[in-house]
Order: sequence, then structure tokens, then C-alpha cells
Amino acid sequence: MSGEKKIRVDLALIAGMVQPGSRVLDVGCAQGQLIEHLTKAKNCDARGIEIDMEEVQRAIAHGLPVMQGDADTELVTYPDAAFDYVILSRTLQAVEQPREVLRQMLRISTHAIVSFPNFGHWSLRLQLLTRGRMPMTAGWNRMWYETPNIHPCTIKDFFALCDMDGSVVEDWLAADEQGLRTPWRRSPRLANLFGEQGLFLLRKA
Amino acid sequence: MLDNASQASAPSRIRFVAHPCSGGDCTQGSASAYPVVRMDQTPAGTDFPHQSVTFPEGLALDCGRVLPSVTVAYRTYGALNADKSNAILICHALTGDQYVAEPNPETGRPGWWERVVGPGRAVDTEKYFVICANVLGGCMGSTGPRSAHGERPGALWGTDFPVITIHDMVRVQKRLVEHLGISRLFAVIGGSMGGMQVLSWAVQFPEMVFAAVPIAAACYHSAQNIAFHEIGRQAIFADPCFRNGNYWAEGVRPERGLAVARMTAHITYVSEEALTRKFGRKLQNAEGLAAFGEQFAVESYLQYQGSSFVQRFDANSYLTITRATDLFDLAGDHGGALADAFRAAKSRFLLVSFSSDWLFPTAQSRAMARALNHAAANVSFVEVQSDKGHDAFLLDEPDFHATLRGFLTGCAEHAGLT
Repeated sequence: MSGEKKIRVDLALIAGMVQPGSRVLDVGCAQGQLIEHLTKAKNCDARGIEIDMEEVQRAIAHGLPVMQGDADTELVTYPDAAFDYVILSRTLQAVEQPREVLRQMLRISTHAIVSFPNFGHWSLRLQLLTRGRMPMTAGWNRMWYETPNIHPCTIKDFFALCDMDGSVVEDWLAADEQGLRTPWRRSPRLANLFGEQGLFLLRKA
Repeated sequence: MLDNASQASAPSRIRFVAHPCSGGDCTQGSASAYPVVRMDQTPAGTDFPHQSVTFPEGLALDCGRVLPSVTVAYRTYGALNADKSNAILICHALTGDQYVAEPNPETGRPGWWERVVGPGRAVDTEKYFVICANVLGGCMGSTGPRSAHGERPGALWGTDFPVITIHDMVRVQKRLVEHLGISRLFAVIGGSMGGMQVLSWAVQFPEMVFAAVPIAAACYHSAQNIAFHEIGRQAIFADPCFRNGNYWAEGVRPERGLAVARMTAHITYVSEEALTRKFGRKLQNAEGLAAFGEQFAVESYLQYQGSSFVQRFDANSYLTITRATDLFDLAGDHGGALADAFRAAKSRFLLVSFSSDWLFPTAQSRAMARALNHAAANVSFVEVQSDKGHDAFLLDEPDFHATLRGFLTGCAEHAGLT
């Protein structure tokens, strides 16, 4: 493992929400870039779950604690409040039961950090309106019949779900595809129109 | 120890005949029709001077009996660092031995895990101090059924050797580790029954294990596992040369029974896919049909596995150690709740399974990973894609080796090992 490295911008935004020295579980951690960053730069006890066996192998071979598993089925195996943060980065739209996954996250952890591609972005709306076909963009780039993103939602939808389940939104922001912060973060309506990704820090009420 | 695939090509001249003990004479080597390959002139488990240490204070066993004196045969590789923090204990499988990274001097066979342990290997002996001990009950120098009877002077234990458990084996290893002046092992690593020992270490002596790596293992022996072992034991019992376990006294060995036990077990170590790939329905000789004998290539392969095994292993040890694995049930020791068993565990875990292993299938490792999660332990878990079955952990599996190496490197950073 090398020392501190620059990480992807969207991961840096997530890392910015994590307090140093925390216990962290990164769900859908891929090769563990964020885990490595949190371990080295923030002195966290960070672990990961990843569904893709090859990614898991790469992560472990890189010295990172990762287990192969599925967010839909593995989170239930952790005890209550085992972590300070559970992170679900760009994965919510691909799980079988997003609502249950969120519930489990807030059961096993004090905080949940969730990012997802915003289906309410203007370019998607426009494509659907003008072409009448499922939109294709940089972020939504797989045909409807083969996309793993089976549960797309908008930033507004996500606020509504948090409201319904009584989750407290401690912080949120909208970002573009690269993960750069976008300026309309205090207006959910504008964020829902212009933000390509939503990023939320939640805790249980 | 499981034999590796490259030896499959040798077997064509080895055959069993139907009645090796005909006429009641089964003295070694005298029945010319008995495995044509001559058994080693030295019976397994003789007085070969294996490196060992004896603990005369004895050992109280799980079964309630006491071994008055315990000898542990072991080997070490690499150098222990100044603060004694770089020690790795390797636990061997059912029929393995302490010669993990060098040829076994008694059998001449290469070290059973030379692919994994050695200079520059995943378990790098230039970096770590590696210890491997022959298990309690074994026949390569450690106390076992071939040792002097603890209660009857002049006799050997034989089948009177107490029932031992995986936990007992580990308690003996702990004595050895302490004897070597080590208070905490950097890692304990083992496959199959070796993996069971790793789990026992992590649960019995959590403070002494920084990293635990059970490979192709399970936290209990399933009914199917026990069933296969029982076939092997019955084959040994049924051999007229077994003589109630007193075969040494009469100068014979239950080679036929032990070979059949090994043949049965060997099938469980390989996958159907691997057997098909290596042998398929290939015929051994094309000279017409034979009712018996080696019609198919896979038959002579198995017979080779059986006959080469009896040269190096003792039947009573086989009985003792198979029973120890059958008795292993980590959850059972904790009221059926596996997570409770792991509650005290402090180690960083790496669990590895192999996709075609049907003896200790991935589901078993996953169940352990979940139980460890439940106990909030630090666990890595991966299933390595391989068509080689349970044996894969001993064979050339670069993905597995890279995973193990990376895990140890990561742990070394956390442990402050440089």
C-alpha cells in the first residue's frame, strides 16, 4: 500500500463527511479506494463489502479488509450500532430493496452516507420528454433491459423517503458527474434539476 | 496431505488384487500380489529423529483423560525478530506434517506447501518466522497412537490412545509457541483441518492471534464429512491385518484398509470437473474388457493415491485424527450460536473458499464470515474461482496466493511489522 493518494472527487466528498478515527463500513467498495483513504488519511477502522469477487480479491490483495457479499443480504448479519458510518456510494439504485438497505444501514451504524445518480436531472427529463425513450447519458449509459440500476430515483424522491422513514438528513449536497459540488445545494428543487448526483448524510431520528 | 495432480501420471503399474490377505498371510511384502508397488521398508511413524520438544508435565484432554507426557515434532523457517512479533504458525491438514517448506526427510516428498511458504512466497520466510508442528495424534514425531503407552509401560498406545479434539491439538501448539518464547503470533494459517485449528486458536487464545486465516475450512464437520470418514474407518477395521489396532506387535499393517480409506477421502478432495478433465472415461489399457482391475484411468489414479499413502501414514493415527475433525463443532461448543463462539475473537480474519470445493463449500465459509460480522470482527472473505476442488488450497492458485500475500502485508502494516 502506498501513502496518501489523491482519490476520486466524489469519494473525497464522501470522505469529507466522515469524522477522523471512526468505524466505517463501505458497502459496494469496489477495490477499496475509499477504505484505503479513510484508513490512511483519517485513521479510521474502515472495512468494505463488495459483490464482485474480482474486485474483492484485488482489495484484499492490496491489504484492505473486504468481504464478498451483497448489500441486500449481508447487512442484516451485523450487530446494532457496529459502525459510526455506513457508506453506500452509487449503489442504492442497484440494490433489490433500497428501503430495507437504508433501514439496515441506520440500524448497524449511527450515520449513513448515501450517494446516487439523480434521475431528476434536466437532461434525463428532456430526453424522455422529447424522444419518449429511456434516457441515455454519461451516468445512465446502459439500455433499460440490461442496466443493473433497477431502482432509479430523484433527489426529491430521496428526500420523500427519508421523510417517510423518519431519517434525519444531517447534510446533503448535489454534485455533477465528476463529483464536484454544485452551487444550488440549498435548493432541493434546483438541485433536483441540475445535480447529476445526490449525496446525503443521514442519521436515525 | 493431499497428493498433487502431477502425480496422476505414474500409476499404471500399481494394482490391487481382490484378496490381498488370502491365506491369512498379510505380512508386509510377503504377499506378492498385494500392491505390486512395494511398501516402504520403513513403516510410517518409526523412530526417525524428527526435531521435537517434550512437555513432561502432560496435557489434560477434552475427553477427560490426561496424556502424561506430550511430544511435539516441529520445524521452523526464517528468523524470529528481536521483539518476537513476526511469527506465523502454519497448521497442517488431516494427513499433513510439519515439513511445510522443505522435503520430508522420512518420505523424501517435497514440502506440502512450498508454493505458499518460503523465501519470496506469500508467506515469506525472509520476513516472517514460520512454525509448523505435527498435530497431536499424528505419526510424524508428535505424540500419537504409535507413542509409548502412558499407562502401560512397554506398550504402545494403539487404539487405546485417548480421543482427542482439534482444541487439544491447538493447546499442544500453544505450549510449543510459548516454548519458543513467543507470546503473540502474528498469524495462524491453515487449510481444511488446519483451518479448523486456526478457528480454535482464534477462539481459545484470542489475545495470541493477530491475524487468522482459515482456508477451505468450516466451523463444524457436516454429516456428509463424517459419513465419508466413517467409510474410511470401516475399511481399516475390516482389514484382517488391523488386528484390533495391534498390528505393529504382529509385524503387519492394515494397508489395504488404509488405502481404501485414502481412496474414498481423495474423491472428496477433488471436483467432478477436475476428475473429468484429467481422466474422463479414458481406459487404462485397450486389451478388451476386464471385470476387475484397472479398466479406467481414474481407477488406477485412485489406487496410486491409496498405495502411496500407506507408505507414509499410520492407520491408528488416521482413525484418531479423522475422529478429531468429526468432533469439531465451534457453534456446538457455544450453545449452537456461532456468533457467540466468535464473541471473544480479536483477530483480523481472512476466509478463503474455492468455488468447486464440495467438501468444505463456500457456503460454510460465508456462514463463518456472517457470524464474524455478527460479532463485529474484522473479516475479509473471498471465494477463489477454481475447478480443482478442495485440493485447490494446496495447488497452484495464483489468485489465492496473491490474496494471502496482500492480506498478510496489510496486517503487517497494522501490526507495526516492517
